[in-house]
Amino acid sequence: MDSKKYKPQMGIFWWTDRWSSIKFILRELTSVAVAVYSIIFLFYVSSILQGKKTFEEFSESLKSPAFIALHCFILLCLVFHSITWFNLAPQAMVIKLGEKKVPGIVVALMNYAGWFFISLAILWLVTNLLGT
Amino acid sequence: MKKHSEPFWWTLFGAGGAVSALFLPILIFLTGIAFPLGWIEVPSYDLLQKWISIWPARILVFVIVSLSLFHWAHRFRFTLYEGLQLQNYHKIIAIFCYGSAIAVSVYSFYVLI
Amino acid sequence: MSQEKITLEVFRFRPEQEDNPVFQSYEVPLRKDWVVLDALNYIKDYLDGTLSYRWSCRMGVCGSCGMMVNGTPVLTCATFLQKFAPGPIRVEPLSNFPVVRDLVIEMTDFMEKLKKVKPWIIRKDNQEGPEGEFIQTPSQLADYKQYSMCINCMLCYSACPVYGLEPGFTGPAAIALAQRYNMDNRDEGQEQRMELLSTDDGIWQCTFVGECSEVCPKNVDPAGAIQRYKVAGATDWWKSFLMPWAKP
Ligand code: SF4
Ligand code: FES
Repeated sequence: MDSKKYKPQMGIFWWTDRWSSIKFILRELTSVAVAVYSIIFLFYVSSILQGKKTFEEFSESLKSPAFIALHCFILLCLVFHSITWFNLAPQAMVIKLGEKKVPGIVVALMNYAGWFFISLAILWLVTNLLGT
Repeated sequence: MKKHSEPFWWTLFGAGGAVSALFLPILIFLTGIAFPLGWIEVPSYDLLQKWISIWPARILVFVIVSLSLFHWAHRFRFTLYEGLQLQNYHKIIAIFCYGSAIAVSVYSFYVLI
Repeated sequence: MSQEKITLEVFRFRPEQEDNPVFQSYEVPLRKDWVVLDALNYIKDYLDGTLSYRWSCRMGVCGSCGMMVNGTPVLTCATFLQKFAPGPIRVEPLSNFPVVRDLVIEMTDFMEKLKKVKPWIIRKDNQEGPEGEFIQTPSQLADYKQYSMCINCMLCYSACPVYGLEPGFTGPAAIALAQRYNMDNRDEGQEQRMELLSTDDGIWQCTFVGECSEVCPKNVDPAGAIQRYKVAGATDWWKSFLMPWAKP
């Protein structure tokens, strides 16, 4: 008595159906921003290695409005990446202290603290060691 | 279990996700926005040169860049499978994603180390 | 007081009379204490006896009344009509599953997957157990308790795009259930299950969309279970890669 069944198909744009899916796809696409910026950063560092002139030229070209706009956009994506990443961390990382499970929110806060600390440390390095 | 490469890529993806989440926002804020706009004075070339000539600094840059790329490779590979339903091309996509991450990593290794 | 009404647009599929599903609208009383399931029962009793759907306990325990309500998978016995006023409310069968009739889906695939992950206590020695009983402390119970709350309602499968795209994927509830036994201190079956779940159809297909945990009515957090499984799987992999001589 095997009668026919209706088999729903997912459309190719399934991820536009719901807000949560759109957020999911955006989260996944931040990886593109990660890749693009890591390459720019590589160029930045390698321009330092290539000598003063290359570095200054490269720094100059970074001042163009197009580059600034691009960088602002990438920064937005990267912050979104960081936030989503840290928010999900507690689900993957279950830390136990003795008998007790460390609550998820504490794990997430530890991540944020690390982010804050690293950012501040780099900022401090750059601003305070300027002249030395 | 041994023949499976998935855990290997996933580890790189995870490490890259963490490293990029921690380091990249502040770096792009400095090199891409604050320096060019003059909000923060760019350290002198000699100083930057001095920093980057330290071994651990160059290794750190290599680790950040390379892991970030592997993070992209893994995530983007699945985004193509799911977002565009390209599962049928999974071999080509995997080779393209991991391949470019490996290629750029090798290049950055060559540049930095 | 005149009775307020609300419209339900119900997914109908009668294989003997239509190839493609249609939506049929019914007007039901909008009562404050009514859940969507009450409205369906009202339709069945007073408006249209041909409507088919599953339900049993009416109290969020049996897991059989899951449906899509306005696009979200929910237990219809735990979802109030009032929430959707003034309507209309769209009621559809759980997505990602073949539909047998109206709101009834075919769940064989899920049943097979459940069985595959060996959701029972496995002992290496194949013996019944120790003399007397296994000891389990409250903290050891807490390690897996969350995962044991699953009522097999399949809402998580409905919410999972990976399952929708890759029907082979073992899926949230089954993996969470595997974890439930892995984390049980009486169990020794981790290796067997890992072998199963570290294949292409297992944990590595999950991309942590996270929707499964969002819709789960029992807070099982299947997404978390899968990520923890990945961490364990990756650790095993690196161990056997770096120390191939060590017994897992
Ligand atoms: S994990 Fe939650 S949503 Fe999935 S079947 Fe179990 S109770 Fe239902
Ligand atoms: S009828 Fe049993 S869970 Fe809803």
